[in-house]
Amino acid sequence: MSDAASLLGRSASDIAAGVRSGAVSAADVVDAHLDAIAAEDPDINAFNHVTADEARRAAAAVDEAVAAGRDPGPLAGVPVALKDNLCTRGVPTTCSSRMLEGWRPPYDATVVALLARAGAVAVGKTNLDEFAMGSSTENSAFGPTRNPRDRSRVPGGSSGGSAAAVAAGFAPVALGSDTGGSIRQPAALCGVVGLKPTYGLVSRYGLVAFASSLDQIGPMTTTVADAALLLDVIAGHDPADSTSIPDELPRYADAVDRGVAGLRVGVVSELSGAGIAADVAARTAEAVAALEAAGASVEEVSVPAVTYGLSAYYLIAPAEASSNLARYDGVRYGLRVDAPTTDAMMIATRTAGFGPEVKRRIMLGTYALSAGYYDAYYGKAQQVRTLIARDFAAAYERVDLLVSPTSPTTAFAFGAKEDPLAMYLNDVCTIPSNLAGHPAVSVPFGVGDDGLPVGVQLMAPALAEERLLAAAAVLEAAAGAGAATGQAAATGGAS
Amino acid sequence: MAGRISPDDVAHVARLARLELSDAEVATFASQLSDVLDHAADVEALDTTGVEPMVHPLPLRNVLRPDEVGDVLERDEVLAAAPDAADGQFRVPAILGDPE
Repeated sequence: MSDAASLLGRSASDIAAGVRSGAVSAADVVDAHLDAIAAEDPDINAFNHVTADEARRAAAAVDEAVAAGRDPGPLAGVPVALKDNLCTRGVPTTCSSRMLEGWRPPYDATVVALLARAGAVAVGKTNLDEFAMGSSTENSAFGPTRNPRDRSRVPGGSSGGSAAAVAAGFAPVALGSDTGGSIRQPAALCGVVGLKPTYGLVSRYGLVAFASSLDQIGPMTTTVADAALLLDVIAGHDPADSTSIPDELPRYADAVDRGVAGLRVGVVSELSGAGIAADVAARTAEAVAALEAAGASVEEVSVPAVTYGLSAYYLIAPAEASSNLARYDGVRYGLRVDAPTTDAMMIATRTAGFGPEVKRRIMLGTYALSAGYYDAYYGKAQQVRTLIARDFAAAYERVDLLVSPTSPTTAFAFGAKEDPLAMYLNDVCTIPSNLAGHPAVSVPFGVGDDGLPVGVQLMAPALAEERLLAAAAVLEAAAGAGAATGQAAATGGAS
Repeated sequence: MAGRISPDDVAHVARLARLELSDAEVATFASQLSDVLDHAADVEALDTTGVEPMVHPLPLRNVLRPDEVGDVLERDEVLAAAPDAADGQFRVPAILGDPE
């Protein structure tokens, strides 16, 4: 038997190699992670639901495959945490909402099935802002998640539970979803890697919809190589998602070591000045210097329309959400509050089932789509989306990658941003990539003045994930070699 | 700054969205939604004459599959998750008559 502690804090690549070779058992790996969850998660609250029994059964099946000489898959025995807006057959899927409390989906999301087929072992469903609407995980109906790097701070959001689970060592990898930054911002605030793939690269079948033209599932990991490994498993065409890209895809793991020699890197002027905290700006500048030292050329690039991204996003995303969330009507699944008529039942159900932020966005979206305002708000925001895509295209004529901070600040305290607009401003750097449908990644790069992690964002054109991962690996290596300054990291993490 | 959305607007939109709000919620939402739309005034002021709206990041086309029965969900399993069901169907309260 392996020493349980030695099975924690290892990368997914390392675990899968050990399990595949028989050096460690999937059962021991999964038990060690379940024990860590049992010990620390009552305080962190990364999970809405821990699937201990299912995980032990899945781990036993992986070990049986290894013993029988069958291929257990590229993620053999790797514990994975799933954001609780991904459907899992027979396992509660709540979106951290009273509306779906106790609901057990009759099917698995495509990504969930792909992970299982690859030998990964799902250990539980992670907390989020209700229906993925928020940037701090404070909007969960089941209580906020604490940031493992400093438990008095938020983990970011909306995939705050997945980010915290990885940062706390509860699982080496997790899946999140990103509509306006919900993978990248919590990854930055918890000090992990978070990748939002190109829109359409990963199937959204079984992802509970928030804003369908923006939502994308992606990996949250401790290393860039693990992000590539996970992407290789979850990317690909799915007939069940009509927006799934049918192209032949590369092997992303092969791209991680390619480096950035000869690449042209642009620093986005509009995302580097006002509104960015000085320590975050300093780490971002060091990251740019590290890319240059690794052989990239660097220039400042203007992407003027991104300054309108936040406004456009907070019209488009609520508009799509108000339409998508119309399905919660107390008829087919989830909560029903009884009333004498169907109309009264629907009103009573929605009033009781949705929390304040979800209601706020439904209201905003319904207003933006309502008669007399459609052209002024929703139509105009869609035109701005075109302008942002055009400005990105012009920038990518000159450079191969764009750089900015991921989040304007490090992790903030609970209750620090009670004004909704102040919370929305968190997303200013991440939103443009969603509007354009482009891939982007947040890589940990040193710490801020408060000792908490800083994330640097790399952006690339559609389907340029290989370039993105190669550059992310350069930043990861540079941060590890001391290129990122700042004070010593805060203690208090479970890992 | 004068509110862009009045309490009456909020009450109207709440009805459209099938939400019931207290007077306090109506007042809060009127103020908060006005703030967000004030922030969006930069978009309103932008000249977008002749710019095509982008509804989606991909050049969407209709996606068709052969008209053959594939894997489908089990009816009983789906209905088991419904708040109320009878005779293989979802059951709801009265839909006709006085909505009040």
